[in-house]
Amino acid sequence: MYNFAFHRPTGLRQASNMLGKLEEAKILAGGQTLIPTMKLRLASPGNVVDLNAIADELSGIELKGRSIVIGAMTRHADVANSDVVKQHLPALAYLAGLVGDPAVRHRGTIGGSLANNDPNADYPAAALGLGATIHTTKGKYEADNFFKGLFETALGADEIITKVSFPLAKKAGYEKFRNQASRFALVGVFVSKRGSEIRVAVTGAGSNGVFRVASFEEALKKRFAPKSLEGLTIPATGMNSDIHGSAEYRAHLVGVMARRAVTRANEFAAGEGED
Amino acid sequence: MPKVSMTVNGNAVTADADARTLLVQYLREGLRLTGTHVGCDTSQCGACVVHVDGKAVKACTMFAWEAEGKTVLTIEGLAQNGKLHPMQEAFRENHGLQCGFCTPGMIMTAVDMVNRKGHDLDDPTIRHELEGNICRCTGYHNIVKSIAAGAKAMA
Amino acid sequence: MSATGIGAAVRRKEDFRFITGKGQYTDDISRPGQTYIHFVRSPHAHAKIKSIDGTETKTMPGVVAVLTGADLANDKIGNLICGWAITSKDGSPMKMSAHPAIANGKANHVGDAVAVVIAETLGQAKDAGEKVKVDYEVLPAVADPAKAQAAGAPQIHDVAPNNTIYQWHLGDQKAVEAAFKSANHVTKLDIINNRLVPNAIEPRAAIADYDAGNDALTLWNTSQNPHVARLVIAAFVGMAPEHKLRVIAPDVGGGFGSKIFIYPEEVVCLWAARKVGRPVKWVSDRSEAFVTDAHGRDHVTHAEMAFDHEGKITALRAKTIANLGAYMSTFSSSVPTYLYATLLSGQYSIPQIYCEVDAVYTNTVPVDAYRGAGRPEATFVVERLVEVGAREMGVDPADLRRRNFIKSFPHQTPVIMAYDAGDYNASLKKAMELADMKGFGKRKRDSARNGKLRGIGYSTYIEACGIAPSQAVGSLGAGVGLWESAEVRVNPTGSVEVLTGSHSHGQGHETTFAQLVSERLGIPIETISIVHGDTDKVQFGMGTYGSRSGAVGMTAIVKALDKVEAKAKKVAAFMLEAAEGDIEFKDGKFTVAGTDKAAAWGDVALNAYIAHKFTGAELEPGLKEGAFYDPTNFTFPAGCHICEVEIDPETGNTDVVAWTAVDDFGVVINPMIVEGQVHGGIAQGVGQALYEGTVYDKEGQLVTGSYMDYAMPRADYLPSFKVDTTETKCPSNPLGIKGCGEAGAIAAPAAVINAITDALGTEEIAMPASPATVWAALQKVQPRQAAE
Repeated sequence: MYNFAFHRPTGLRQASNMLGKLEEAKILAGGQTLIPTMKLRLASPGNVVDLNAIADELSGIELKGRSIVIGAMTRHADVANSDVVKQHLPALAYLAGLVGDPAVRHRGTIGGSLANNDPNADYPAAALGLGATIHTTKGKYEADNFFKGLFETALGADEIITKVSFPLAKKAGYEKFRNQASRFALVGVFVSKRGSEIRVAVTGAGSNGVFRVASFEEALKKRFAPKSLEGLTIPATGMNSDIHGSAEYRAHLVGVMARRAVTRANEFAAGEGED
Repeated sequence: MPKVSMTVNGNAVTADADARTLLVQYLREGLRLTGTHVGCDTSQCGACVVHVDGKAVKACTMFAWEAEGKTVLTIEGLAQNGKLHPMQEAFRENHGLQCGFCTPGMIMTAVDMVNRKGHDLDDPTIRHELEGNICRCTGYHNIVKSIAAGAKAMA
Repeated sequence: MSATGIGAAVRRKEDFRFITGKGQYTDDISRPGQTYIHFVRSPHAHAKIKSIDGTETKTMPGVVAVLTGADLANDKIGNLICGWAITSKDGSPMKMSAHPAIANGKANHVGDAVAVVIAETLGQAKDAGEKVKVDYEVLPAVADPAKAQAAGAPQIHDVAPNNTIYQWHLGDQKAVEAAFKSANHVTKLDIINNRLVPNAIEPRAAIADYDAGNDALTLWNTSQNPHVARLVIAAFVGMAPEHKLRVIAPDVGGGFGSKIFIYPEEVVCLWAARKVGRPVKWVSDRSEAFVTDAHGRDHVTHAEMAFDHEGKITALRAKTIANLGAYMSTFSSSVPTYLYATLLSGQYSIPQIYCEVDAVYTNTVPVDAYRGAGRPEATFVVERLVEVGAREMGVDPADLRRRNFIKSFPHQTPVIMAYDAGDYNASLKKAMELADMKGFGKRKRDSARNGKLRGIGYSTYIEACGIAPSQAVGSLGAGVGLWESAEVRVNPTGSVEVLTGSHSHGQGHETTFAQLVSERLGIPIETISIVHGDTDKVQFGMGTYGSRSGAVGMTAIVKALDKVEAKAKKVAAFMLEAAEGDIEFKDGKFTVAGTDKAAAWGDVALNAYIAHKFTGAELEPGLKEGAFYDPTNFTFPAGCHICEVEIDPETGNTDVVAWTAVDDFGVVINPMIVEGQVHGGIAQGVGQALYEGTVYDKEGQLVTGSYMDYAMPRADYLPSFKVDTTETKCPSNPLGIKGCGEAGAIAAPAAVINAITDALGTEEIAMPASPATVWAALQKVQPRQAAE
């Protein structure tokens, strides 16, 4: 990897200032994507701004009214193991437990994952699938306006995610079909039902990153059951196609994973927990 | 070159490390603790797993300076007072290794697994928990057996 | 059986250092003043190198030297070679191209080295490497072996028109054609045996050190056969005379074939160390390994099997195109010929076999032996043909196999091999019981109720191991003999060091070889050390591959032990004042027949060295003997593997839900280690069948260049395995050993694909049978229903 200068700000404002002033600056949160990318010389930031010195300030999981608020530097393992999350939003704990592997989950952070917006990552599906609000040093974004395509988000260059607020859903479920090599999502579908609002968010499949499936949401409004989705498909246009699966295959898997996610959501709601 | 200090296997250590020095390089080259291995460059094989502040991490996916002031445990620090750790014993007793290259990472992952999941580990749990460790020799059969036995022995 | 002798599940002596992090792999070794080398590699599959400019590179921090293929040629460093000469059917020799360690003039695959940078640190070498300016003229490339010979295909080497290295054949073509004409049924298959990347978890590495005072070079590297490396680097590359070159292969983290070969990197490290006068270290990145380690398999085959009206196989024919990549690697030519076509008889009595093999160059990484080497490809052809033939003829696949098994030995096949011993029905029967074949119907119906498709598949494989009788392989083109050496050194205190030409990189020789010595000499296993992997310690040896270390390497030790025992008896005779012929040796004790006079092993050893009981005229002091053992035949491990799969038709995902292996390895030295070898082999075979696909695009770019795209078998992709053995002793070596290292990898792919096709009801499935592939296949067929 190329050499660089690292900086360890002790406050958020200092961190933002550094990002604004330093050339080619990148945030280091958990580093589980950034460091491999730098090792392969695919990223070459001249400056790395490490948020770990202010990790305490940016970490934590809290039930606030009808939402769970998670600090940006909270590690995947902490979300997966959180009693609060397991009790109120088991689908989110379940999803966090599927990111990477145990060692990666000890380092990787929710803020880092959302800011990176890898088209095969799990967290974007949860954020979009629950209608989360992403809070930053400059304001906040609804998930629907946050993800802007492959590795692109609404974040400005000197903007840092501080926390993510997930509204509690009556029912929520996630189902992931892995790419057998990378173990990222080949297709992952997050479904939720909150009052009359139904969300179906898909990661891994789309050639432009995470997206919602309106036709599935519409069908689930009638009855939140896998049967409601039977026979429904989405077009293969706009799906990724590569050595791991054709666009047709991915489009098909979206339907399969959506039905299974609904089943899982109903199981979670019935208190049957994860499998 | 800047100095980085931490506690490794119970000893306070300091060694040179420029910004791009990974924790695994620091351990191997700076401290000559060569038991922690590097088997890939995409953070997938797990040969480099060590514990930082008691949790398993991939030492190839952490800069040395990120561990400044932290407590690191490597495979070399697992045996205490000349007595093998029960997980080390279990790998030997159950033929959980062949070439030995992935073994330190496997053992460090296994100990972390027990720390988090307890002493009664069934096969599916162990296999799922090994998702970040690749072995090319054993077909995992005896690694799974070793970890189940080691977990019990750690109780 | 003693607790540490032959047949005991002795815990491994080598494990302590590995479980405590004290192993010494090549990358763990550092030399004072060492420099780091970085290889600048071609990003293009095929390109003319118009110029290389290292001017800016030389000004970069820490740079010691920048070297190119032209420098290598100027220093008269020779090319790498392929050591097995294959003759085409028209009598012409194979078309071996020049293979310089650094490309000079033209790069022929992505990853071909074009320059090197040597610097004080690895980071500096890599930084500087990016400043090497290479002016390429990109040429059209060909990666697909099926397209390499086509008119108009890009030509890779002038020496090989149509990219054809050889067109080889084996067997009686006319007799085979006649048999097919009179066949009652013919089964035909088109098969692609997918290209694999070996992926030993320890990446290759090398450190070279030059001793200017003695003009001598030392190389530490990740080798399965350090002596062969030294021989090739001395005799063909011309780096240094053999006695001025020491090669040390310390702990090696897995090989699976990929660390047999002599690679450019170790040659360049040696050359550069002498040039810069400092040690030079290279450690492959995983990404680098994907584009430089020799790959495996990559066959395109059309095969046919003829049956008579009783379901007896009357003939087999196969036409294979074998991809050898951009250059001929060390043993590449032998893999798709003598290690492949000679096994096409499988476990069956097949009167006539004919096989044609075209080996081709492509703009891909060189291809050479990978676990099984040719034999997995042969087994896949035979076992798929038999299974599909049974289905087409409506015969139970086990029954069809039984009808055709070879039942009397020795058996001469039409493709060179003379099988010496086996009982194929015994392993099939035992495997069927262990796999609970009777309960399969119920399990299939249970799966169907859960919306899953269940299938079961056999693979009754055979392999030729114990490689190999030197004269025989010499007559087939091998450039070396394939014997093995051993030296047994008894110390004055009675402890024993055994020097072997075999090399252990996971196989556990330090334990199994010591078990043999413990059993023979009746001494504690703790008093025995096995020494290997250093050309300064072991005089010569052929290394470890082809499941040969037990059958060949241990037999060499037996022969040396015979000599040690004979000499020790002489010493004992002087000590006990008895006739040599009256001395008996048992359980570590020398006795005089018919008396109570005895001498312990340690006393005899001491007396051999103090030499007080005999004069120099009567007996030479010391107790050290060596032996070379050249096998009289290949060995023929065989067995039956049964794979049971469950497929999710909605996703196409295949789960291997049960695996049964019953293997006949002859006499087993350490059942624990043998089972471990079987487990690992199965995992690699399942990997080939389900997960591991190597994909090159049309431009010759390796699409699957990391673990992000190349799926390795993981713990949760595999079940636990049921492993058992049957035993027919191998008659060609005194221990009765056949070898076990490759069996799983040879047997497994056919078993998996037979199971999947059983479940799906179509034979059209490519390896790896990924979820996407299975799902696509399912869109075209109606799966076989569970029998009620």
